[in-house]
Amino acid sequence: MVESLIGGGHVGFFRLKERLISKTVGKNNYSVPGNLPKCTTGIQGLDEITTGGLPQGRPTLVCGSAGCGKTLLGIEFLVRGATLFNEPGVFIAFEETAEELAQNVRSLGFDLEALIEKKKLAVDYIYVERSEIEETGEYDLEALFIRLGFAIDSIGAKRIVLDTLETLFAGLPSPAILRSELRRLFRWLKEKGVTAIITAERGSGSFTRHGLEEYVSDCVLLLDHRVDGQISTRRLRIVKYRGSSHGTNEFPFLIDEGGISVFPITSLQRQHEASSERISIGVPALDAMLGGEGVYRGSSVLLSGTAGVGKTSLACHAADACCRRGERCLYIAFEEPEAQLLRNMRSIGLNLEPWVKKGLLRFHAARPTMNGLEMHLASIHKLVEGLKPSLVIVDPITNFISSGTVSEASSMMMRLVDYLKARQITTLLTNLNRNEGALEHTELDISSTIDTWLLLRDMELNGERNRGLYILKSRGMSHSNQIREFLLTDRGILLTEVYLGPDGVLTGSARLAQEAKEMATAAQRNQEIERKRGELSRRQQALEAQIAVLQLQFQTDKEEMERDIATEQVYLEKLEQGRQEMAFSRKAESNGAPGSFKKVRK
Amino acid sequence: MKSKKAKATDEVTTEAVDLTQAPESNEYFVLRLYIAGLSPRSTLAVERIQRICDLYLAGRYELTVIDLFVNPEMARQAQIVVAPTLIKQSPSPKRLFIGDMSDEKKIFLGLNIVV
Repeated sequence: MVESLIGGGHVGFFRLKERLISKTVGKNNYSVPGNLPKCTTGIQGLDEITTGGLPQGRPTLVCGSAGCGKTLLGIEFLVRGATLFNEPGVFIAFEETAEELAQNVRSLGFDLEALIEKKKLAVDYIYVERSEIEETGEYDLEALFIRLGFAIDSIGAKRIVLDTLETLFAGLPSPAILRSELRRLFRWLKEKGVTAIITAERGSGSFTRHGLEEYVSDCVLLLDHRVDGQISTRRLRIVKYRGSSHGTNEFPFLIDEGGISVFPITSLQRQHEASSERISIGVPALDAMLGGEGVYRGSSVLLSGTAGVGKTSLACHAADACCRRGERCLYIAFEEPEAQLLRNMRSIGLNLEPWVKKGLLRFHAARPTMNGLEMHLASIHKLVEGLKPSLVIVDPITNFISSGTVSEASSMMMRLVDYLKARQITTLLTNLNRNEGALEHTELDISSTIDTWLLLRDMELNGERNRGLYILKSRGMSHSNQIREFLLTDRGILLTEVYLGPDGVLTGSARLAQEAKEMATAAQRNQEIERKRGELSRRQQALEAQIAVLQLQFQTDKEEMERDIATEQVYLEKLEQGRQEMAFSRKAESNGAPGSFKKVRK
Repeated sequence: MKSKKAKATDEVTTEAVDLTQAPESNEYFVLRLYIAGLSPRSTLAVERIQRICDLYLAGRYELTVIDLFVNPEMARQAQIVVAPTLIKQSPSPKRLFIGDMSDEKKIFLGLNIVV
């Protein structure tokens, strides 16, 4: 619910952004032609949410309570103008001397003295001491105008910052005169054609203590510094911007050693490219479940599960696989320091130390409560820009909730995923599920931004607890619907098939028992087969023996018969021979017996 | 506009001031009047200050009138925001008088002049 509200707002904004940017691709100053001319501030993110910058040649009011970053915004506006766009600027300080100011911003990398030397910047400290002043009649601020004019003309300034003009109300009598003079001042600034930032303290019930917003009507920015649950977050909102479309949300911003960054800073990116390259997640069996090839490069992978199911171990496998490919990996660990993580991974046979030494794997261990969310996001941005990893692991994202509210944390995660996706960086997030509630639920409600969701769950059966893994979803690929048992061995992660019995899935020793049972059954079957085989061969042998006996008998018979036949033939021959001899002895025809037979018949 | 200097050379005493006496009696005044151009307001202020000085501080004052349009850098040096501004440099304490100098009572009070 919360997510959809916030997400909707962002989407709307991005669309607007895309439309505007697409019109002006390739321009430094991406204001839309024909519209209000804009002055690019050069402050990260501010130009995007103002769709191009502040109104050029007009004053902008920046209001907020003490310590919200008004002065810094002004200084950065001038420094960026001087260094990036060659637009000199004047800083009129009512509260700090030039030296104090230079000192204060040196930690942000701004060297005001050098800019002043190069005539890119002029700082004028205006000091009004009320106790020394007597009002003796009507006065005007002409001297201030002269002073500003002199400062502007001395370096050809295009930008000016008045910080904080309202101190004049404390320093000078007759607010009525001052009011009309300030009105004249803003008109004068417009005539001068300089882009001005006027800072003002937040008043109760109004944007500024002295109602300056009535005079500066072109653009009003509101800075805010709120503390939620002991963690402070800075926010910026465009209250009004005459003649221009602008983001209307409260945009978080932060001040670090690089100056101000307003988020989302990802909005500059246009359409994300979708890679069809697949990368291994470090466990071959898991890659096999994911269509045999692993996940898409640049996709977002969520590992969720309750405590102790092996999320970190799986994440470390992915990191290992990434480094094996020779790619860099950023591991943001919120739970364990680097040394402990390395030691623990060695116990499952995963030695990540060489990758760390080679510079391929970088751990960033931080306490989630150390910073606000924006600071976390910024430090991740910074690390990503520096390391240029192809895989970023956040372990676990749930800890972000302790740095802010759930809705803030989920909007932050969405921006992080967006940002990494735009850079074709694969994201692996782990999510710690609390024991209550459905497993298919993340507290951050980021499921819609996740491409591949792996669910690790523990299964309690027969007095033991075992781990199971399955793929809840994986966009754009065929994937296994099987639950696999997830084993942490001293040679890394193993995925094995689970047994589905009448009592549900079997894991652990139940699976082993089932395995033993099946093995026993198999052995029995084997024995049976052996036995049958033996019988078969025995029968064959018996048959063959019988055949041999028959053949032997036949042979004997055959020989006997042949012998009889031969005897008969010998007998017949003997008979004939005897007859012929008889005939011969009777002096019969020599021709043979038949003639003699005929003769006999005759 | 020209810088107008009226310097009194007579009756300058530098010896220690007797505290029982009125303090204004023998102090030397260094005054600077910053104006922005020759507006009616500027002219008025110059005339009035000149008159007060001549009347009450005759011979022991130094008044410099500075036009910021001519010398814009002076506004920064002297921390001037408002015109016209009269600065009493000495005797201390430093005082600033802003406006068209029409409120003479305040000027007398600030300059310690007893009328």
